[in-house]
Amino acid sequence: MLESWTGINMEKFKKIKTIVTPLDQINVDTDQIIPKQFLKLVQKSGFGKYLFYNWRYDENENQKQDFVLNDNKYQNSKILVSGENFGCGSSREHAVWALQDYGFSVIIAPSFGDIFYSNCFKNGILPIQLEERMVEKLKHESGELEVDLENQFLKTNTEQIPFDINSYKKRILLEGLDDISQTLQLHDKISEFEKHSKIPSVL
Amino acid sequence: MGKTLFEKIWDEHVVVEKANSPSLIYVDRHLVHEVTSPQAFDGLRMNNRTVRRPDLTIATMDHNVPTKDRGLPILDQTSAIQIQTLEKNCKDFGIQLFDINSPNQGIVHVIGPQLGITLPGTTIVCGDSHTSTHGAFGALAFGIGTSEVEHVLASQTIWMDKPKSFEIRVEGKRKNPHAVTAKDIIMAIIKNIGTAGGSGTIVEYSGQGVSDLSMEERMTICNMSIEGGARAGLVEPDEKTFDYLRNRKYTPKNYESLVEYWRENLKTDSDAKFDKTFTLRIDNIAPQVSWGTNPSMTCDVTESVPFPEDYSKGDQNQKKSAERALEYMDLKSGTPITEIKIDRVFIGSCTNARIEDLIEASKVIKGQKVAKNVLAMVVPGSQMVKKEAEELGIDKIFIDANFEWREAGCSMCLGMNPDILSPGERCASTSNRNFEGRQGVGGRTHLVSPVMAAAAALEGHFVDVRKLDWD
Repeated sequence: MLESWTGINMEKFKKIKTIVTPLDQINVDTDQIIPKQFLKLVQKSGFGKYLFYNWRYDENENQKQDFVLNDNKYQNSKILVSGENFGCGSSREHAVWALQDYGFSVIIAPSFGDIFYSNCFKNGILPIQLEERMVEKLKHESGELEVDLENQFLKTNTEQIPFDINSYKKRILLEGLDDISQTLQLHDKISEFEKHSKIPSVL
Repeated sequence: MGKTLFEKIWDEHVVVEKANSPSLIYVDRHLVHEVTSPQAFDGLRMNNRTVRRPDLTIATMDHNVPTKDRGLPILDQTSAIQIQTLEKNCKDFGIQLFDINSPNQGIVHVIGPQLGITLPGTTIVCGDSHTSTHGAFGALAFGIGTSEVEHVLASQTIWMDKPKSFEIRVEGKRKNPHAVTAKDIIMAIIKNIGTAGGSGTIVEYSGQGVSDLSMEERMTICNMSIEGGARAGLVEPDEKTFDYLRNRKYTPKNYESLVEYWRENLKTDSDAKFDKTFTLRIDNIAPQVSWGTNPSMTCDVTESVPFPEDYSKGDQNQKKSAERALEYMDLKSGTPITEIKIDRVFIGSCTNARIEDLIEASKVIKGQKVAKNVLAMVVPGSQMVKKEAEELGIDKIFIDANFEWREAGCSMCLGMNPDILSPGERCASTSNRNFEGRQGVGGRTHLVSPVMAAAAALEGHFVDVRKLDWD
């Protein structure tokens, strides 16, 4: 079905290798990832500076030294490792836009909020679900971690860790596909469905 | 083998299906609001696309709208721009909008059912996680991200992996259904299954404890499905469902023939199997109060703030998270819940701002006054709820008790408008999320039912509403 895709609106996901940023918390909700005061913007860009805003800055907008993103060591990290149920709560895609604009392209956690998980794939971010034991280990990984989506593994200095991903979603990221153009090619099937729908229009 | 209600609705909406790939699902109703739609409309413009079915798309403005002085311009420029952007987008793409001055304006999940836009057996999406609310009518209703909003606008469909099914049975009868409410039932469920208990599933709420509930109570239950991790929650429709939707403004003309079909078909078969089940008995449940920073951090009003080691049951990550929550909430383990003093009370949100919520809360406060030092407000879920309440004289009861009586919107559930907590303020709130900073940076939220919020407003601290003498 994917063969005929034409539209391309995302960058293709490439192999990356950086150190990991450990965010040692469970249930990180999207209200924390991007607080509501920044949801009023009407564009998709520029959300990175507001990422984890209330955790990064105090009431005088000074950096909180104990927050991991404020540690210079992690400046160039593209991989965030966190606890279970990452991205739970609000459906705001702004959370993904903020992570991406800040520079993250991989999020590793034992589990994710359902809506957040779908939102990632629409924006070229790879969410990787791993066993909790493995996630704990990665949080303490001091060297660089290589993420190879094509071959579905992570590689530290000492080990190679395979991960699972739905083949359809994998292809979306690797090829940077725009699913709307794909769907619009199914126009006839959608029209056919509409002919038989029992549900009337609203108006 | 039989099918669950969810599976039947799913099967009826599959446009394209292929093994090991997501299915293309048709969307019957697309609800749109100002916060999660601007980038989606921009995407359409950039690609010269149109809205496929404006007649299945309805928009309103709820998150940003001020709840007082509707006659004045909106002071917050970014809010004003977002609202104007929705107006322009709806005009450009031919979408019906209930704007700030419309009598139909209100929280999108409150107006959908009130207007008869929400229907059983339909698929309903909105760029908002509390879209699960509409599941109370036996609809498959779930929140989506902005990219998906764009996809639905363009194609009236959505790609989705078929979720698993999760039956939550609510058994028994509450001894005092005025004091122990639907809010307490859903909070007790989330306390038990956890915030990720429903991840990857669609919940079907069943059992006598659910069929006994009114439609508005069922909406409160389904609303908070997402707080238990489930993208959608639904209830098998029955005569209460069909009666509620009859003769609404947008109830379809062929409604009775639809009802006949729904009555016959929208049922979980007796031999259907769920992937997961959980049962809650409600005969003896108490009013619930959240003490932490996610909705599963909840206890009975008769209990004390827990010790992290008791809450976490040996899980180190849960323990750390409870410690952090107690620090944020400025609470000490062992403090009785009824000794927690509050500064603010918020009765509102898509969880608990419908007419029954306001009626029940007004009974608690009738003839009494809000405690000194407590600021209390009521924000009706829609202008229609507000009007109905005013016709019943409920606004007077609240105003006489020193509650502020506001215009409709999401308001202090998430504080995108001027209604926010100041740092350190503690609020008894009928909303759905007690996340850090949700109601204002540094604000502390305790989730409760409308009657518990009303009682707390009078006393200045939490009280077991079962002990109060009211009608």
